[in-house]
This record gives sequence, structure tokens and C-alpha cells, in this order.
Amino acid sequence: MDEQYDVIVMGTGLTECILSGLLSIEGKKVLHMDRNDYYGGESASLNLSQLFKKFRDGEAPTANLGKDRDYNVDLIPKFMMANGELVKILTHTDVTRYLEFKLVAGSYVYREGKIAKVPATEMEAVRSPLMGLFEKRRAKKFFEYVQTYRQEDPTTHQGMDMAITPMDAVYKHFALEAGTIDFIGHALALHLEDSYLSRPALETFERITLYMSSMARWGKSPYLYPLYGLGELPQGFARLSAIYGGTYMLDKPVDEIVYEDGKVVGVRSGSETAKCTQVICDPSYAPDKVHKVARVIRAICLLRGPIPNTDGVDSFQLIIPQNQVQRQNDIYIAGVSASHNVCDKDHYLAIVSTVIETENPQQEIEPGLALLGPIVDKFVSIVDICEPVHNGTKDQVFVSKSYDATSHFETVCDDVKDLYKRITGNDLVLKQRLTQEEEQKEMAGQ
Amino acid sequence: MSNSRQGATQQPQPAGKLFQFKLVLLGESAVGKSSLVLRFVKDQFDDFRESTIGAAFLTQTICLDDATTVKFEIWDTAGQERYKSLAPMYYRNANCAVVVYDITQSSSLDKAKSWVKELQRQADPNIVIALAGNKSDLSARRVVETEEAQAYADEAGLLFFETSAKTATNVNELFTSIAKKMPLDMLANPRPRGTGLNARGVDLNRDSKEVGCAC
Ligand SMILES: Nc1nc2c(ncn2[C@@H]2O[C@H](COP(=O)(O)OP(=O)(O)OP(=O)(O)O)[C@@H](O)[C@H]2O)c(=O)[nH]1
Ligand SMILES: [Mg+2]
Repeated sequence: MDEQYDVIVMGTGLTECILSGLLSIEGKKVLHMDRNDYYGGESASLNLSQLFKKFRDGEAPTANLGKDRDYNVDLIPKFMMANGELVKILTHTDVTRYLEFKLVAGSYVYREGKIAKVPATEMEAVRSPLMGLFEKRRAKKFFEYVQTYRQEDPTTHQGMDMAITPMDAVYKHFALEAGTIDFIGHALALHLEDSYLSRPALETFERITLYMSSMARWGKSPYLYPLYGLGELPQGFARLSAIYGGTYMLDKPVDEIVYEDGKVVGVRSGSETAKCTQVICDPSYAPDKVHKVARVIRAICLLRGPIPNTDGVDSFQLIIPQNQVQRQNDIYIAGVSASHNVCDKDHYLAIVSTVIETENPQQEIEPGLALLGPIVDKFVSIVDICEPVHNGTKDQVFVSKSYDATSHFETVCDDVKDLYKRITGNDLVLKQRLTQEEEQKEMAGQ
Repeated sequence: MSNSRQGATQQPQPAGKLFQFKLVLLGESAVGKSSLVLRFVKDQFDDFRESTIGAAFLTQTICLDDATTVKFEIWDTAGQERYKSLAPMYYRNANCAVVVYDITQSSSLDKAKSWVKELQRQADPNIVIALAGNKSDLSARRVVETEEAQAYADEAGLLFFETSAKTATNVNELFTSIAKKMPLDMLANPRPRGTGLNARGVDLNRDSKEVGCAC
């Protein structure tokens, strides 16, 4: 370990692994460590013994849950937007060659005490109970406007500039009902709360467009999910990094970040010190460099089968918009099952999560838990969502953000790009990596 | 752009059947894993080679007979095993594994045995495992006797070869015998085990289908 590296990365969460891979490709000498003996940090997927070790103080897993190796339980509830940034990063780096993906089967929204499907096709939209006939016509006009609107082309604006018009004024313009507004803002634009209403509409337009283009890409739902759990994503990027020369050390306690004249010079683990000129880490490796911006509660629930009223689908997202349960933040439920190789055939996994608003967070997720049917077992965590205090350019220690309460990886990708820029001084430009076949041809030609 | 990860997927070929398998290499550092792959895939050897950068993922095809071709998608560890940091993803879905030791290092056989155990615990129960005692050209420095390794391989149900990536001894034989041991009959139907991108997943590289607005 006592060697000189360009970059030492601590924590093998998705953000860190993507950066590690990108920097290794560029020829940087990277040492990547994790205090845990598994990959993924906060974005890991755990088998049963790891899950029980983390949540039950090393207790042995309950016997009737099945085989350890059948389980890959995610710690964070997130899906990939089919047309989102993560998919772009995956295809450009060709990390897709290590992974398999499945579509999430359905997207649902809670409305007036019932679960309704977010329409995935024109047909479903026509039949959907979410809106009355006239409201459907108004909504159609609204969506047509969103789809044709181009900020750079004033002929599409119809007299409104979305860069300045607040979103609630746009809703008013199209005379949409409160329930429709809830649906658009929370189930399509995926806003977690309502502060967006007073912000310029462009942001929401972009979110709606992302949702719809993702939905249009494969049908059924806008989400993709990697077989064997989200933990496969950091593992895939770690492999990319390793192939380009990155060194990996798991189960490696980190004792100290070493500085000289205010700049990082290395990382100490026990009596060994690895030298470097830059450090990238997740908040848990630099607790003194981050501050808390929110708290999130997540309840990982083991179920017997699909949750009621979701057509028996093998995977879903269910959003409970805040207004529906008199809250400020939405409650999200993400469900996956054996067809994603995340649990055994007799079980089903759901994570209920929300941003904490009160002194009694367990109580806050009750409306979500109540929709799941019988719960076999439940693993609850309350986590601080942290952000770095400084941008890292001064001491060259770059700290990532915690995984937030959003249901997808878009903000993770924003953080990756932002960190990349601060670390290298350049914008991240994704170059298409050669595919396996091309790579081999190139080698043969040498 | 074609999709990249397939399990035991069978594709009809004009020349007969093509079976594709994921093959992983395991073993202590410096036993010659990458060298064996290099010999098998490119028929080369390098005395002072460093870890392959950029392409620890190769394919090689073996024609078993006129009607049967086996394509190995070979995963090299890329050094991730060096500090016990191999990801579970690595041997997930592997159809076959070559566990390598160095006949001049007895500790490397112990390590190989622990990998075999790990595979039998974690990997696909039908995985075909071959044990390779590499560097057989260095017989003067041999410390692991052939009989000892053979006895262990028999007991654990492994294929066994002593190989030399340097002289090419037994390298093709090793991979060919793995190909022959793959349960091809069981795989007579397309996508027999339900693994592979085609069978279950979506190909992210595929162009998006154009569908009208959903709402
Ligand atoms: N004499 C002899 N040397 C070999 C043979 N195979 C590999 N070597 C040498 O052993 C060293 C290590 O070989 P590698 O192929 O890099 O070993 P590896 O198992 O891939 O090592 P890691 O990538 O570090 O895990 C190199 O110097 C090779 O030249 C062999 O059959 N005979
Ligand atoms: Mg090697």
C-alpha cells in the first residue's frame, strides 16, 4: 500500500466507482479502498448475512427466509431512468457488458385512498381513472405544449417564457385540477415536495420530458433495474477501473487523511500510508467536511408476494404524493422481486422511504407500510443526507453527496459531473469506449 | 453494436450450433492467469508481462466438431483478487472456471483450493471447474507433485491439467476439455437457463423505440 498514487478513492459507492473508472481510463493511477468487505457502500446490495450483520448486530438470518446467496437487498431505493444520465454513462463506458437490466414493470401513484397506474400507453391514458374526460382534454393540451416547447425557439412559446414563468402559473393557464397537478408534479416530474410550483417552469418541463422519453423508450415504465440489485452498478464501474489499472482494497480501515501545508498528501491505514495528490470519498470518510441537509427514513420490507392492487407485477414504483397524506414530502415505495435476482422465489422486497419531517419518523412511513400487505420482516434505517461544506479544490479532498431521497440516479450523475469538473478542471465529456469486439480487433491488429 | 453479456445462449449458425459461455479465471497473483489467456487467445507469451490494461475481457472460439462451436467469453480478474477484493459480480453467472496455481509455489495450490470452495458455495451449481497447475516448464523448481494435485482434483470433481503458458503445453487441451465437458445436450434449447441479455433483459445499446406520448 505504501506507494504513490494520483488519486485515492475511499468508499465504493456508485459515485466513487464511476469516478474511479473514468479517472483510470484517463490513465490516472488510482487506489480505491473501502472499510467494508463488500462493494457499494451506501449503494450496496447485501445478502442475508450482511443484512443481518448491518441491521441486527450480527444475529443469524431467520432460517425460513431461504438461501443467503439468493438475496441482494438494496440499501437505497432507486431505479434508473431509461433515458437518464446513468444509462448514458453505462453505455459510453460499455460497463453494460458486465450487467443485465430489466424493465421495472409498473409505475403507480396513490390518489384518494386508491392505487392507480401511471398510464404507460395512449390506451391506458384513455382508460385511466386518474382524470375525468374534460380534464383529460385539458391535460392533453398541456402535454402537447410541454412536448413542443423549445426554449431556443420562441415560436413554440405561445407567449409564455418558461425560464421565468412559475410552474403554478402554467398549471393555471391550462386550468388543471389540483389532483392533476399533484399527479404531474409528483408522479411524472418526480418532485418530492411542492416548492417547485413557485420556481420557473423550465425545470419541471425538463423533468416531465425525461419521464416521458424514458417511458417511451421501452414502454411499461420509465425505469430500469439491474439484475442482482443496484450493488451491481458500483461493481461494474469498479471492474472498469480495475481493468484500466485501478487497485482495489476492500475491508481496509482508513485511519487518517494526511495533509501537508493544507493539501492532502496521503491516506493512512494502520501503519501504512499511501501517498496521493487527490482524494475522493463519500461523506462517511470525511465527517468533518460535510453538513447535514436532511434526514431520510428507509424501511426495507420483506414481503410474501406482490403488494395488493398493483396487478401482481414483479416490480414497481409507488408514489404517495405529500398532499394525499397531509405531508410536505412524498412517500416513495420501490418494489423488486425474485425475477431481478434480489430475493428467493417465495419473497418480495419493498423499500418505503421519505424525508423526515417530525420527531417520529416511523409514524411518517405508516401510510406506505399500510399498502404493502403482510410484512415478514422490516429493516429500518434513518440516515443523514450530507453534502460537502467546501468544494475541495483547496485541500484536494473531494467529498461526494449522500444518496438523496429521489427515486432515480439523476442527482447522483449531477454530482459525478460536478466532482469530475472540480477534480480535473475539465467538463466530463463521455467518449465511447470500444466494445468488446472492437477492443479485441484492435489488440489483434497490434 | 451487439449486446454483450450472454449466458449459455445458443445461436443458430450456418456451420452448426454456437454455444457461448462465460469463463472466469481465478488464482493467486502471478500464477499465470493472464498468460494462459494470452496463450489461448493470441498464442503469445510475454516473460515480463504486466496486468492487461483495457482488455481483461476476451473471447475465443473452439470448434469441437463440424456441427458444434463453443465460444468462451473470458473474464480475467484484472488484479481485483490481489487484495481479496474480487466482486461477486465476477463469478456470477459463470458457466466455467479455470482455477490456476503455480507448480513452483505450494501456497498457490492452497489458494486454488479455497477458490474452488468459494465457487462451489457461491457460483452456479452446474459450473464446470478446471484446475490448472501452471508453469510446468519450470520442472526443476517444482514443489507441487502432479499426483497430489490430481488426487485433489479427482476428489473435488475438477478437470485437471498441468500447463505452461510459456511453452503452450496443454493450454489448448485445457480449454478444449472444458468445452467438451459443458453440458451441451442440456442446452439444446435456446436460452436454456434463462440467463443472458436476450433471454430476460433489455439491451441499453439498442436504439430506443419510438412510441407516442403516453398521456
Ligand atoms: N516460466 C513460466 N512463466 C510463466 C508462465 N505463465 C506465466 N508466467 C510468468 O509469470 C508471471 C505472472 O504471470 P501473469 O500471467 O501476469 O499472472 P496472473 O495470474 O495474471 O497475475 P495477476 O494478474 O497479478 O493476478 C509473468 O512474469 C509471466 O511471464 C509459465 O507457464 N511459465
Ligand atoms: Mg493477470
